[in-house]
Amino acid sequence: MENINIGQHISRRYNEELEDIRNRVLAMGGLVEQQLQDAMTALDNRDAGLAAEVVKRDFEVNAMEVAIDEECNSVLARRQPAASDLRLVVAVIKTITDLERIGDEAERIARMVSDLVDEDYSGRLFTQIRNLGHHVRTMVHGALDAFAHLDTDNAVKVWSEDRLVDEEYDSLMRELMTYMMEDPRTIPGILKAMFAARAMERIGDRAGNICEYVIYLVKGKDVRHTRIDDGMN
Amino acid sequence: MNTSMGNDMLMNAQGHEADKLEEADTCLEVKSLNLYYGETQALDNVSLPIPRKQVTAFIGPSGCGKSTLLRCFNRMNDLVDSVRIEGKILLDGEDIYAPGVQVAQLRQRIGMVFQKPNPFPKSIYENVAYGLRLQGVKSRRMLDEVVEKALRGAALWDEVKDRLHENALGMSGGQQQRLVIARAIAVEPEVLLLDEPASALDPISTLKIEELIDELKERYTIVIVTHNMQQAARVSDQTAFMYMGKLIEHGTTETIFTNPAEKMTEDYITGRYG
Repeated sequence: MENINIGQHISRRYNEELEDIRNRVLAMGGLVEQQLQDAMTALDNRDAGLAAEVVKRDFEVNAMEVAIDEECNSVLARRQPAASDLRLVVAVIKTITDLERIGDEAERIARMVSDLVDEDYSGRLFTQIRNLGHHVRTMVHGALDAFAHLDTDNAVKVWSEDRLVDEEYDSLMRELMTYMMEDPRTIPGILKAMFAARAMERIGDRAGNICEYVIYLVKGKDVRHTRIDDGMN
Repeated sequence: MNTSMGNDMLMNAQGHEADKLEEADTCLEVKSLNLYYGETQALDNVSLPIPRKQVTAFIGPSGCGKSTLLRCFNRMNDLVDSVRIEGKILLDGEDIYAPGVQVAQLRQRIGMVFQKPNPFPKSIYENVAYGLRLQGVKSRRMLDEVVEKALRGAALWDEVKDRLHENALGMSGGQQQRLVIARAIAVEPEVLLLDEPASALDPISTLKIEELIDELKERYTIVIVTHNMQQAARVSDQTAFMYMGKLIEHGTTETIFTNPAEKMTEDYITGRYG
């Protein structure tokens, strides 16, 4: 059933409730994207002030998750949604969990920027992880776009990017290890950079998850873990 | 990594639902059934397998033909003068509309319970024993045994065992409906047809009936017509959606309520304008 249409219920109030949930998810997505963008800008410009802003604003993301969760619970309890409506509510509940975690990872990156901004070797490290960060930011944007437009082609495309992100992350790890071996004095800083890179890699995974929920919502098919299944067959 | 792998990802997630339906042992099978009330066609080329010892629910708006179809299973429509029926309904592979089929015997194999409880104005005991007495059973011991077994089967025994000889009309609506179910199962049918069995009952009695349906499917094939979609979702294994005399879609209840194939089904179960 691919004709997802939130409207047209006999109950107008029900239309409004589902529309409101969807809009709030998009608003939450916008905020998370902004957090990630700011964390990356702080990284690019070594801007400790902006990084602190990101850390401070994380609670807003958390509050949105709680509010949307409550609204979904209320629809489940009062409307007993079925078919695409049910899939919407389930997909939203899962999506906002991943969005909230992406927000946490953005906060983690921002903390790393604050910690490293005054170190004199920071320039070299920042450059190494910048590309990875921008790559996952594009993924998050694409995943939210796929959610907004219920675009499964785009969801599959963004989902496929995750493998590239994983490869980039692996190669970055190898590079950072080489630096540590070359000059052990850099180890404390590089360890922090590694945590940030790890946060970015996790963001890629979570953007991929959101793409899976979009496919579930639109097509009614659960595509999680299918690569693992492929490997087993 | 290109999108073709992503498409594989979509393909691999196809469910095994369809297989489940194929594998199940078919108890009743409707084949190209058309039914006319005079000039009006009430059922339009309906074909549907009803799996054994499962609950199959018919849903659809008023006048869609679901009760008409249900009534075809024990030939209740024979009583309507202007009815004309084409097609077949097979019970264990044999056409119930074939010449020579004894309707009384058929109804012994396919029992029916209606929307409004309809106990006879007799004692609780006599209501349940009625079918057996019709069959000529006289042994008191045998009757006692069957009455107890049927009342236990209908989850009513504990509530009525001390007043078996009181008039059944003194029972609550929910109890009366379970009594009628006990009366139906006393003659050991294969199939139980339930036509809106809980629509005249309060929510707690409704839940008791639903719980009972869940127990009864261990032994009987159950077909239920219901306007209450949540009830269909709760109690049935298979769901068939009908609209204007046509079977629009049927499948496992899980599929119908999470990912129906037809837009008409989707619109109906989600409460949208069709």
